[in-house]
Amino acid sequence: MGYQSTKKNIMGDIIAYILLSIFGVLMVLPFIWMVSTSLKPPEEVFVFPPEFIPRHIAWGNYIRALEEIPYKRLLFNSFYIAITVTLGQLLTCSLSGYAFSRLRFPGRDVLFLIYLATMMVPLQVRLVPLYIMMSRFHWIDTHYALIVPALTSAWGTFLARQFMLTIPRELDEAARIDGCNYVDIVFRIILPISKPLLATLGIFTFIGTYSDFLWPLIVISSVSLKTIPLGLIMFQERIYLETPWNYVMAASTVSVLPLLIIFILGQKYYVKGIVTTGLKG
Amino acid sequence: MEYLVKKLYKLIDTEKYAGYILILPNLIFFSIFFVYPFLSVWVYSLTDWDLFSSPRFVGLSNYIRLVLEDELFRKVLLNTLYYSFVAVPTALFVAFWLALLLNRAMPGTIFFRTIYFLPYVTLMSAAAIVFSWLYHPDYGLINYLLEKIGIHGVNWLNDERWAMPAVIILENWHALGYPTLVYLAAFQGIPGELYEAARIDGANWWYQMRYITLPLSTSAIFFTLTTSLIGAMQTFDSFFILTKGGPAYATTPISYYLYQNGFEWFKMGYASTIACILFVFIGLITLIQWKLGKTWVYEG
Repeated sequence: MGYQSTKKNIMGDIIAYILLSIFGVLMVLPFIWMVSTSLKPPEEVFVFPPEFIPRHIAWGNYIRALEEIPYKRLLFNSFYIAITVTLGQLLTCSLSGYAFSRLRFPGRDVLFLIYLATMMVPLQVRLVPLYIMMSRFHWIDTHYALIVPALTSAWGTFLARQFMLTIPRELDEAARIDGCNYVDIVFRIILPISKPLLATLGIFTFIGTYSDFLWPLIVISSVSLKTIPLGLIMFQERIYLETPWNYVMAASTVSVLPLLIIFILGQKYYVKGIVTTGLKG
Repeated sequence: MEYLVKKLYKLIDTEKYAGYILILPNLIFFSIFFVYPFLSVWVYSLTDWDLFSSPRFVGLSNYIRLVLEDELFRKVLLNTLYYSFVAVPTALFVAFWLALLLNRAMPGTIFFRTIYFLPYVTLMSAAAIVFSWLYHPDYGLINYLLEKIGIHGVNWLNDERWAMPAVIILENWHALGYPTLVYLAAFQGIPGELYEAARIDGANWWYQMRYITLPLSTSAIFFTLTTSLIGAMQTFDSFFILTKGGPAYATTPISYYLYQNGFEWFKMGYASTIACILFVFIGLITLIQWKLGKTWVYEG
């Protein structure tokens, strides 16, 4: 029996590896093709049959792509907006997460239910009123429209509450006895031991904000105020027949890189975030 | 001043008031930018408004026009259903098998898990642009690879029959990592003794999968099905970038139609009506799922 089952396992493992590899190749192929095209000189882009390794590596494409549209400016915009939104959400969500998970006050549970229900409401439903509100505030075509409405999220509040429910109550009770008020407890006791939560929420918010497309598309029109996703489609909006694929792929590679780096560095927290909201949600 | 500071200290020392104070920053933004727009969209849906003149109250006439007269809306609704009910089940099916493979006790599974997840963190606008190059009818990599295995390529983005599958392939490539991860976590939560007992009873791999793994991950399947369908019914970026809704509205989903009405044609009232219908539609499908879920989700 023992021998049989190991033999069977090895066969199973081999088949599993083959299938996993086939899928792995399919998943990375678009990335490989993106990088490959981004390094080709113009005359090699339309070579048929396609070749993966460029005969002459054209690093200059990256310089061209960065100059073509004010790409450096857009990268800066994307980063500073995503970082501001992330810091804002970390603050609003963790403070309210603590209150929702720990403190008793009238209306708490109803309020939390409203937050939960809002998670189901797509952005599209709020789109028109939000746009009208922005135009009344005179925030159309400003970064306020991208930052201020994003400073909280129902999902982040939910995640923060779920995480803080798992922190032992004895910690804050001890602090209460030592004379800490509730705001002290949040900043001195809870936040320092909530690093996994802050990392998870921070990574999700950063990636989400950086990738946002529909809302910036509607509220931003000045080139110098655009974010990366809007910049990428500026390439596409040129005359279709002459899309400079090598520059477009260089610009795409540059836009994807920060996200892949953040994901690989913070993978542990990212996975944890998905598992907590995905299984207990 | 000193009095106020003292008063504030007293407030944050009282459980009830501290609760309100800590929630306040969140609640202000949440009320203004989430609750208020969600409530006012219903009011806007009863108006005719081009944003430049003042809104005109028209009662239910937007709804009547949308549901009874707007043939484009019917098409757009069908597109959304076609997209959602093909894309989501295929992604979840593939994700389930991938998770089964990743759940084996063998080295290297973390590497594969990371690989499968890379598309999910990639921004959709870049992914869609890369895919529009992959789908290029003459020089695209996809048609070339198909040719290699003896299948004649198609003009993916300009053919009414193939534009939707093209979007579905892109979206599933992008989304696959997420359900895979959720299933993997669900599988890892199943106690090993169950499998051991089954093996002693002589149950083979298929039986273990069918009678242990599958039933014990139904709540994960239900969760991914519900959230993915809600997500699918609001998909926008990939349609906008890859196909611009074309050819001939073959790939225009509700979200895109809403965008066009509101922000290309400036029909704010009509766009709000579409938003309300989208909300009701998502709500209905979620509700049906909850009802159906009761019959097949195992709650351990």
